[in-house]
Amino acid sequence: MSTMGLAWEQFRFERKLFWRNPSAAFFNFLLPILLLVLIATAFASDDAELEVLIPGVAGMGVLATTFTALAYNLTYLRDEGVLKRIRGTPMPAGAYLGGFIGSAALNAILQVALVVTIGNLLYGVDWPQDPLMLAGFTLLGVICFASLGVAFSHVIPNEEAAPAYTNAIFLPVIFISGVFYSADDLPDALKAVAEALPLKHLIDGLSEAIVGGGSDVGTAALVVAAWAAAGLFLAVRFFRWE
Amino acid sequence: MASAAIEVIDLHKAYGPVEAVRGLSFEVERGEVFGLLGPNGAGKTTTVEILEGYRRRSAGDVRVLGHDPASRDRDLQQRVGIVLQSSGFYPRVTVREAVQHFGKAYHRPRDADETIELVGLSEKADARTRELSGGQRRRLDLALALVGDPELVFLDEPTTGFDPAARRTAWGVVRALKDLGKTVLLTTHYLDEAQELADRVAIVKEGRIVAEGPPDQLGPSSSRYRISYLSDGNRVELQTDDPTELLHRLTRDAISRGERLDGLEVTRPTLEEVYLELTADADST
Repeated sequence: MSTMGLAWEQFRFERKLFWRNPSAAFFNFLLPILLLVLIATAFASDDAELEVLIPGVAGMGVLATTFTALAYNLTYLRDEGVLKRIRGTPMPAGAYLGGFIGSAALNAILQVALVVTIGNLLYGVDWPQDPLMLAGFTLLGVICFASLGVAFSHVIPNEEAAPAYTNAIFLPVIFISGVFYSADDLPDALKAVAEALPLKHLIDGLSEAIVGGGSDVGTAALVVAAWAAAGLFLAVRFFRWE
Repeated sequence: MASAAIEVIDLHKAYGPVEAVRGLSFEVERGEVFGLLGPNGAGKTTTVEILEGYRRRSAGDVRVLGHDPASRDRDLQQRVGIVLQSSGFYPRVTVREAVQHFGKAYHRPRDADETIELVGLSEKADARTRELSGGQRRRLDLALALVGDPELVFLDEPTTGFDPAARRTAWGVVRALKDLGKTVLLTTHYLDEAQELADRVAIVKEGRIVAEGPPDQLGPSSSRYRISYLSDGNRVELQTDDPTELLHRLTRDAISRGERLDGLEVTRPTLEEVYLELTADADST
């Protein structure tokens, strides 16, 4: 079988595994939707809030399904010796990781689509102003946070530590990056941190694509792309199979 | 073509200042079951993991089926099956799904059900891997290593932690591999396992081979044959390198004196005695 064929087989295998792990499916997939519905219901009358919330939760969904899920799962697979076992077979590394990361990417894309759809159907937010830009930022966000997730797994010492390590990044980052409320109201110091990190910029890009409003998408794309480049370098350079 | 399945020449491996392997050499013929026997920390796993392509050697030369394993050729990986000392599974797949999935990477995979049958796991084929007992997991390890129908199988301590019945089953699988003409490199710290399975054994101590040969012929010159008999109710014990000559002399003299050699026994040093002698700490002897 070709490398592409094996990547496809691995992808299908990962999809099967994903749906067989209900708790992971819940936290990586349904929790953001649940938060969206709860918060949106509380602020449903306020269009300005909704226009922050929809792109914000979409961005958080990309972060959760790629960065958090990959960092956690890779640590588990490395710790359990699954990666080492695969390393000893003729499965090409690119096919294995391609299928594995591809599955996380599909979750991210589904998540963004679901958030946008719920925003429209339940809360009357318009369909995306610029679908092509939405696709572009989603893809850029997936590349950025997937590679950062793989890179971050190199730092996590073992499986037991994985939830603490991933949450230590995930929770502060979503709070300062304008997921649930506009980041403009934050103290300057926190705003500076958020500006340096990629999530706020991904949300800016998603926001421009979904609701418009004239934010600087060039800067947003540049910052996310820079983090993607750094993530890719670190993910490949320090990859550990065992 | 008739080159050895594995050739190891003056292999060295250092982890920082620690030398785990210090000049190992051995050859494994095709179709042979070869055992690396030694205490924990002797360098067995390091050696095997170099041959499997997981680690790079510090010095020396290594050939596995004609390839340098450090180059990690896909062609070599197609022909080798690896059972690691410990490695995990995807917890939420069944035995059959796992074997089928791993088979996909090989050019000519063995049928999944046939592979599961070979390792004696058929009744668990539809069980999820997390429901398996320790011995059953080890058999799945073996199935995943055999699904590509490899020529050469590495077994790193395949029965550690097994109960006696599970060990017997695992031994049966190794014998089946030999009958199929496979080459097997086995590491173990169980003497009986080496004696039972291996055509030849190398005893490893502190990164060096201290003895090598068929298990029943192993022994340094100091572990000699013992001949004993009863003389006036007391056991007399003699040691020799040449039991034929000594026996001839003893029996000739006894016959000429008209005596019987009551309780005559000739014993070869067991592998256990050889092993204990060879692996004993230098400063405790």
